[in-house]
Amino acid sequence: MDSFLEEEDGEAAAGKRKRSPVAQAALQPPLHLPFLRPQPVSSNEHKLNFRKSKEACLSYIQDALLQKQWKRAAEFLTCYVESLEKDYSREHIGPSEVIWRIGTEIFYHSQSSMKEFNYFMEQMKTLGVKRYLKVCLEHIFHLLCNGQIDEAYQNLSLAESWRFGEQTAIQDKEMKLIQAYRGLLDYYSWSKQKNILLEHGEDGFSDLAVEQEMHGYFRKAAVSLKEIIKIPGVWDIFVKCYVDLLEFYGDHNEAHQVLNEYAYNSKFPANPNAHVYLYQFLKRQGESKKTLISALKILHDIVPSHELMIDFNTMLQKSKKRKKRRMGLEVIFAALDYAGWKENAKAWSCLARQVKQIVISGKHLDWIKQEWSSRKDWWPAFHFSRYLAKRNWQENKSLSYEKALVAGVLLGKDCKYFKYVSHQGCKAQLKRFRMLKKFVNRHNPVYLRISGPPDSSVQP
Amino acid sequence: CRGEDAGRDFNERCAQCSEVNWGLTDGGRFYCRSCHNVTERSREVVNTDFITNSRVQTISKGSRKQEKKDGGCEWYICEGFQLVLKKQVEALEALGVCPQMKDEILCNFWRCYLQKSKQAYCERPAGETVKALSVCESSTDVDSDPERPSLLHLLSLSESEGALQTDCSFASSVSKVSESTSVCSGSVDGSLYLMKNQKEKLRMTMPMTLSFCYMALLWVREPITLSELLRFVVEGHIPYLNVFEHFPENMRLCGLDLKIFCVESWPVYEEVFNKMHELAAFLDLPRFPDITESCFLHPDMLCMKYLMEANLPDELHNWTCRVVKKTGIGEVDFLTLMPGNKSTRKVKYDVLAAAVIIVVLKLLFLLDDRYEWLLSGIAEERNKNNTEGGPYFEFKKWYEVVKHSLDVEQKKLDEERAKYLWRCEKPLFYSVKNKSKVLKRRLFWYLILLYLFQNQFGKLSGSVQRAEKPNPSSFQLSWSEENTDGSCFHGHSLKGILQEKHGLLTAMNPDYWLCTVKLCNEKLCGHLAHYREVEFPQSYHFVLGLFSFLLRIQPSYIHDEVCMIEHKLFNKKLSKKIKYNRVLRK
Repeated sequence: MDSFLEEEDGEAAAGKRKRSPVAQAALQPPLHLPFLRPQPVSSNEHKLNFRKSKEACLSYIQDALLQKQWKRAAEFLTCYVESLEKDYSREHIGPSEVIWRIGTEIFYHSQSSMKEFNYFMEQMKTLGVKRYLKVCLEHIFHLLCNGQIDEAYQNLSLAESWRFGEQTAIQDKEMKLIQAYRGLLDYYSWSKQKNILLEHGEDGFSDLAVEQEMHGYFRKAAVSLKEIIKIPGVWDIFVKCYVDLLEFYGDHNEAHQVLNEYAYNSKFPANPNAHVYLYQFLKRQGESKKTLISALKILHDIVPSHELMIDFNTMLQKSKKRKKRRMGLEVIFAALDYAGWKENAKAWSCLARQVKQIVISGKHLDWIKQEWSSRKDWWPAFHFSRYLAKRNWQENKSLSYEKALVAGVLLGKDCKYFKYVSHQGCKAQLKRFRMLKKFVNRHNPVYLRISGPPDSSVQP
Repeated sequence: CRGEDAGRDFNERCAQCSEVNWGLTDGGRFYCRSCHNVTERSREVVNTDFITNSRVQTISKGSRKQEKKDGGCEWYICEGFQLVLKKQVEALEALGVCPQMKDEILCNFWRCYLQKSKQAYCERPAGETVKALSVCESSTDVDSDPERPSLLHLLSLSESEGALQTDCSFASSVSKVSESTSVCSGSVDGSLYLMKNQKEKLRMTMPMTLSFCYMALLWVREPITLSELLRFVVEGHIPYLNVFEHFPENMRLCGLDLKIFCVESWPVYEEVFNKMHELAAFLDLPRFPDITESCFLHPDMLCMKYLMEANLPDELHNWTCRVVKKTGIGEVDFLTLMPGNKSTRKVKYDVLAAAVIIVVLKLLFLLDDRYEWLLSGIAEERNKNNTEGGPYFEFKKWYEVVKHSLDVEQKKLDEERAKYLWRCEKPLFYSVKNKSKVLKRRLFWYLILLYLFQNQFGKLSGSVQRAEKPNPSSFQLSWSEENTDGSCFHGHSLKGILQEKHGLLTAMNPDYWLCTVKLCNEKLCGHLAHYREVEFPQSYHFVLGLFSFLLRIQPSYIHDEVCMIEHKLFNKKLSKKIKYNRVLRK
């Protein structure tokens, strides 16, 4: 009913519009034409002015940097300095930032002496309050890269005591970073003292002063490292050092908690290393297989190509549970999907061992079948080409042995890789290659079952 | 102050220390250099010396404050411009223009301008009525005064002349607002100058100083074209960008003065050209001296210069002269400037000559991306068999040689532009409180980087440009016949592309294409024609680009001129065609 009424209304309005367009027009506000600007004189568009000249200068700098022409970049940069007077804070990256970044780059790449670089950095610190801490950090990295630890420490302490007006949130974070790096250097001193003590300890001689100093470093380092890892972020180096400190003083609970937090707190960005550190810690602590496996499971989800996947696979293969063993097969197959693993004999032997086991037992062929089905159209070219057979044979006999076994099982005795390697092996009168040939020939029907269409004849 | 020498002809002893050692103050009075006693006597003779301050002598009531607190003296904007002009004309003299130009021509133009714009040499100078609006002293109540536009508004004024772009950029980023409210000018009438709507009076601007120079050069028929003048400016032979470097110590520039005198862009041909014509009309100047065939600015002469510079055969000059004659653009009445005459088109001598050459190239080579290469092939064949006499001109070879040089020079120029240092090293005064903090910082940084990088890399090129200016040259590309590498085409012969007809040499090329069939109305749309690169053959574009580089103006301006000449050349044929079309339509 309502909709009907509305329609009628609409029609009525339309009728009215038809009848009196003048009245309708009167309802609309009159159209105000915008002010017409005078046509720009075209010559002005091409007029070279300060701004355009400096823009061109900047693009020359960028070109020179890309071509590693440091001197040329330096030439243009000195001319670019004039644009400092147009340095408005509202610009995203102002000229002073450009000069800082590019200048640093030039100094860094042209193997300048530290004297000049230090001077440049000191001057840069005066160029902008907002950037002060950032410049300090950059300077410190450079000092550390050059092995000037003491200078770096001095600079860090100086930066730490710097205050300007009210601290902003960003400055707060930058300050924490500065403190963390200072803490890192404290850790470095601590570990040096520790080594001295350990050496002395072997001589059966203890030095109280050194020990006290060492504890002092520990306290300083621990306080600032603890602060930074509370903030969500990637703090691998800080976490590692902090855990090392805690472990040394036997505070395993705290260490475990820190690592757990670092790995599992969802506020932190996903970070494979967090899980690696946790796993390594748990391993050191002699935790149960179950705990270790669950730590590595997450790492596998994030980085299936991680080097720890071999450990993971080994652990899973040994497991009594069928489900875990199956997962082991998945893990090793997934790792070998990555080019980085292509020539890793260890990984191939893991796979070969598990495949052989399954073939001999005659159980769970469907596991292989399932893994293989998504790989059978690209693995032959990726792993089992004749070219690779030749190369692997020449470079690494045991790698070619493991691969040939897998190839023989998955692709049958006629596969190029297997044929070439077993032929070469027999020619060289190597016993295990003859055994391999026999094994594959005996189990050739398996290949048909694996590569065939999914059928119910394969028993679980 | 200025006028040191002028004090010498005043021989009375000083009433205080009885020395005879007089100097002249800015107020035109004598002061004792020994005891700084200022006499009541002022100089009465109108000094003919261009340097001394004409304004002061005629309008100042003698009560000028001698010195401000900070040691700067009072000065007016027009005095600043006078100084700029003086520096510029002195630089021109150093370049070799006739010495009369300064005192007899430019000086008179300037006086005439001051008088016409009611700034001096008149009963009641315009500035006097609202005299001495010293913004420095009254800056606190400026914003509350509704009668006066606020200084913030002044600073954001956009100059139609385009040259006074120095915005409030001199303020540092930290405290921009507070600074711009406390802005002041070192000159007496800086704020007034920017505030007044002086449309009817033709306000002086920095580009206008060049218009003055060009007008004087044209009056004495000096062999300098406008494009050359502007190139000399850019190359630093004529003071312009940082001309205030030359202001005396006590003429302090700050705030609004910088908006007037500190230029942030290079002068533009069109702007200087148009202002010159406006100026000539404003000053009611009579007809300029005739541009005859013997003048440098006559197209026949300029064509010769540009043919050489473009590395084209000398023989082409014969053809350019014929085109000039046929089109009537060599006539005295066409070439000579008649100020205020709106019916005649204003002549850009340099652009005109370049356009004549392009028209000749089109007549002979067609430049349609096909015919010129065809001719070049024929010439190449003939050159193989030709043993005696100069070689035939090959368009292809010429293109390769010139294109190469042009690319190299263009690249060099682009880099120079990017490396250009816009600021002088002399500190400027932005405001009394915050003396040139920003500018000092810039200079400081320049030196620091220079020092560091030079330690790092050894001497840097380009960073010392101020010290070593290249000598001014009227040629940007030079080709010498002494070079044996065959890169000079001046002596090449056009025989290959000409044929004899009834005892006359004519072009083999039977066709011609017009750049445009119908010209636009220049007064309405600003252009005679419209140039779009894609619509024209590459060869034509190349030739335009070549002259655009030589004259440092946009190709479209040369294109306009080419169209104009073509229409004069084909006038009869065109009008016939139009008539024929009309008949057909009926």
